[in-house]
Amino acid sequence: MIEEKFDAIVIGAGMSGNAAAYTMASQGLNVLQLERGEYPGSKNVQGAIMYANMLEEIIPDFRDDAPLERHLVEQRLWVMDDTSHTGIHYRSDDFNEAKPNRYTIIRAQFDKWFSRKAREAGATVLCETTVTELVRDAKGRVVGVRTDRAGGAIFADVVVLAEGVSGLLGTRAGLREIPKPQTVALAVKEMHFLPEEVIEQRFGLKGDEGCVIEAVGTTSRGMAGLGFLYTNKESISLGIGCLVSDFAAMMESPYVLLDALKNHPSIRPLIAGAEVKEYAAHLIPEGGYKAIPQLFGDGWVVVGDAAQLNNAVHREGSNLAMTSGRIAAEAIVKVKNRNGPMTKRNLALYKAMLDKSFVVKDLRKYKDMPALLHTNSCNFFTTYPRLMSQAAQNFMRVDGTPKIEKEKATTAAFIKARSRWGLVSDAVRLAFAWR
Amino acid sequence: MTIAVTKSRVEDKLYQNRYLVDPGRPHIKVRPHERPSANLLALTHVCPAKCYELNDKGQVEITPDGCMECGTCRILCETSGEIEWDYPRGGFGVLFKFG
Repeated sequence: MIEEKFDAIVIGAGMSGNAAAYTMASQGLNVLQLERGEYPGSKNVQGAIMYANMLEEIIPDFRDDAPLERHLVEQRLWVMDDTSHTGIHYRSDDFNEAKPNRYTIIRAQFDKWFSRKAREAGATVLCETTVTELVRDAKGRVVGVRTDRAGGAIFADVVVLAEGVSGLLGTRAGLREIPKPQTVALAVKEMHFLPEEVIEQRFGLKGDEGCVIEAVGTTSRGMAGLGFLYTNKESISLGIGCLVSDFAAMMESPYVLLDALKNHPSIRPLIAGAEVKEYAAHLIPEGGYKAIPQLFGDGWVVVGDAAQLNNAVHREGSNLAMTSGRIAAEAIVKVKNRNGPMTKRNLALYKAMLDKSFVVKDLRKYKDMPALLHTNSCNFFTTYPRLMSQAAQNFMRVDGTPKIEKEKATTAAFIKARSRWGLVSDAVRLAFAWR
Repeated sequence: MTIAVTKSRVEDKLYQNRYLVDPGRPHIKVRPHERPSANLLALTHVCPAKCYELNDKGQVEITPDGCMECGTCRILCETSGEIEWDYPRGGFGVLFKFG
């Protein structure tokens, strides 16, 4: 089928794969990119917020033609119980800048654009092609791939595994373990369409301004989880995700949680009258620093979600994906330019460069966070949200109860729910995991 | 009653999506079993497309037509060997319009 040998084969046309393919092709490498979807993006799901800095590193003038929805001027962080939300909102006109910092995007459209850029840079992009296995030589080095198309193997000096969170090829080839249920979240999402002006009125936006809401609380029914609402130009992405291990233990259904979130009195008016046009599900890596697998070997590197590079605390994933794709590509180009073979020893450069970047530095900072939030998660996702909500209501409601009694009641509620020792212990553990 | 209502809701959701089904080539298979493990049983609730259902004999069956290829069942049940999971052939399966 394909006779020529490539400098590099990239598996997958998501954020990390597109970043890698674009970077290598624009540096003159002969790149083949394989994507199993009908078009790049047709298998990809994200909230989605895209961070400009990391894309600027790859395509500085992306704002000229990338399909962007809204630039964010407001972020709302909510703690919810069944009838209320307590929130911190940050809105700033400073975010209305010439080169905004964060945008909402729609992945199917964005990925098509990103892939076109890789093609224009010289990469060969082949869609509707599922890679079925990695080809290895007698010494175990990865030397190419087999696909479900007619014809034999396709060969390359190096294979970039940008295959996404579940990582079928790499795990099956024994390059890394299959992710564990306690280190991945399952998120479901719906696309709610509304006229542009209705979205702008409901969120107090003008032009391309956007607002996002992220919420923890009883909506995740005691599981470690997060709800989100992102404004696009003419639609709202609304979803919720929880750890797979929690879902399995609780036997909960994600669509039931999603419907409950949609019917929450704080959310319902925001999406009223919308037409739902898609329902999607996706896994998110949540294991953090300790879940990062071996990132390179003889003839291969792994990038993006497949490498579990996701910052759950800050809800950053696609920026880590595109940065890891770019850095892997730059490492490969460096090895290639000094005529070095794509050995494990030489490709260690990728990890060395990644370790120096924000990607690994951020994940290392929060290395203890997953263990904290994922153990006894009901404390952080149900007990405290309820207590916070009661405390807020107690503070706001004026009913003739003397203030001193109200304060005592709030304090007593916290102690009753978690005990004095529990409160101190939670605070200390949180502080240490955050530091 | 509750189950029926939930089921119709998921189907309504999936009805919005675009799929290209590969007839006769399901990309996920459940291996024959007497009694499902806790994880396999959980999939009858956890699968976001409700592809897994319990039959009259208490065994778990799959109809992957509405599958969104999230991989949750692979994470929960591939290691134990209870299911076989492959990607659909190129171009087949779910085709997200927005993603």
